[in-house]
Amino acid sequence: MTTLQRRSGSNEPSRPVYLDYQATTPLDPRVLDAMMPYFTEKYGNPHSRNHAYGWEAEEGVETARRQIAELINADEREIVFTSGATESNNLAIAGVARFYKEKRNHIITLVTEHKCVLDTCRHLETEGFAVTYLPVHKDGLVDLAELDAAITGKTVLVSVMGVHNEIGVIQPLAEIGKLAHAKGAFFHTDCAQAFGKIPLDVEAMHIDLMSISGHKIYGPKGIGALYVRRKPRIRLQALIHGGGQERGMRSGTLPTPLCVGLGAAAAIAKAEMAAETTKLTALRDRFMARIQSRLPEVFVNGDTTMRIPGNLNLSFAYVEGEGLMMGIKDLAVSSGSACTSASLEPSYVLRALGVEEELAHTSLRIGFGRFTTEAEVDYAADRIIAAVQKLREMSPLWEMAQAGVDIKSIQWAAH
Amino acid sequence: MAYSEKLVDHFENPRNVGSFDKDDAAVGTGLVGAPACGDVMKLQIKVSADGIIEDAKFKTFGCGSAIASSSLVTEWVKGKTLDQAATIKNTQIAQHLVLPPVKIHCSVLAEDAIKAAIEDYRRKHITPDSEIANA
Repeated sequence: MTTLQRRSGSNEPSRPVYLDYQATTPLDPRVLDAMMPYFTEKYGNPHSRNHAYGWEAEEGVETARRQIAELINADEREIVFTSGATESNNLAIAGVARFYKEKRNHIITLVTEHKCVLDTCRHLETEGFAVTYLPVHKDGLVDLAELDAAITGKTVLVSVMGVHNEIGVIQPLAEIGKLAHAKGAFFHTDCAQAFGKIPLDVEAMHIDLMSISGHKIYGPKGIGALYVRRKPRIRLQALIHGGGQERGMRSGTLPTPLCVGLGAAAAIAKAEMAAETTKLTALRDRFMARIQSRLPEVFVNGDTTMRIPGNLNLSFAYVEGEGLMMGIKDLAVSSGSACTSASLEPSYVLRALGVEEELAHTSLRIGFGRFTTEAEVDYAADRIIAAVQKLREMSPLWEMAQAGVDIKSIQWAAH
Repeated sequence: MAYSEKLVDHFENPRNVGSFDKDDAAVGTGLVGAPACGDVMKLQIKVSADGIIEDAKFKTFGCGSAIASSSLVTEWVKGKTLDQAATIKNTQIAQHLVLPPVKIHCSVLAEDAIKAAIEDYRRKHITPDSEIANA
């Protein structure tokens, strides 16, 4: 068995190999270094205007704001700190919808969006807003003609995710923004998985609001940001009221160390994005080549080119995803199926892609990131190959397929 | 989710994985579940001339609990008469493997698989052919 070179700090032999970078990322040690002084000596309230403690904390926060803005070609005054992408999505969608409700009351989003977008939209429906949930193509991408047809003079907001958390596909943001603006609608994009991973430009992509997360880019958990365009100015109704911090859009004392951490993480992402993309692409291709050389009938969910290299969502036909996860306990991956919850339903995202239910039950999400090594990728591929082979030998569906029986021809009893 | 040692053992070292010839008169086959639901169990029993289940095999598409449940019942049915095997209840399976509540359906499926296999065997032995063979 391959000996694993684990990164420093996590060398206990019993720890699984971490391949779940879409769930969260470890904090980059350089980010921690930037944050530390703000926990200890620079502990001032960044909103204190009367003394040096406040000023140095404020300077840390404002530097971070600039670092975030620079990664998306925005102005630092357009960055609002939040607790994370969930809050940013809530603030963007509900905030804009409520502010403009007298003029426009229609929102468009996709059925494959993150639950915090869908749930906010559902909630707004109870307040009287109309919401259109557009389907996606088999590759997970939006149909631009369909989107264009859905936008009306009543549409206030189009909300489409930049990079998908489950399947890693990249939506055509610039085209979506152009369509929204052509009919006077605003464009919000949930970029929790895109920020720091792919080049983003709020001007070139016609983006009015962008949700950002800290812990997806090797920054701390509990911090995020919302980009809110100033020219022309986008107004929103705050969700959290109080001292009027963040230009009244998000009251509450800023968590200085977390803001500094998000800024530092953004600066590192800006400097290293190109090299990291190259590295992750090589790791991803190495992994896939190894898997496909030994296992037939493995399918990639989501478009194969319009996707970030750090994500693979794979269906291993004839092997159930949760059983497979149990067979690869020394790998930390995510099951594409929602079977670990009480429901027997496979992922709503894979179903929206039209992945057949039996294949949707066989999927894994594998995420590579900054600290993933070649040795880990090889080890993970070998463990998955061994587990899939063992489980296929045990699978009645595999046996039928090998015997040429069409599984769809069987009258299955639903249970 | 923490699984019991027994469950993990059955998952990692499944007993009696395999298949018998389903057309063999001594074999009863139960195929239950559905791929779209994420669970399919095939349980086969081989019955001796004096009506005792002398061997059993399974193949299962499903989660760890489904695989462990089917592995367990292949052990349990061996040496039993058809009537005895038919009394195995899902609650016994769930209790033995300490299945979490969301996995109870796996034990239900295993019980269904035993019943289906027995039924298949009995069906084979009431066909005109077997009536003549037995006469």
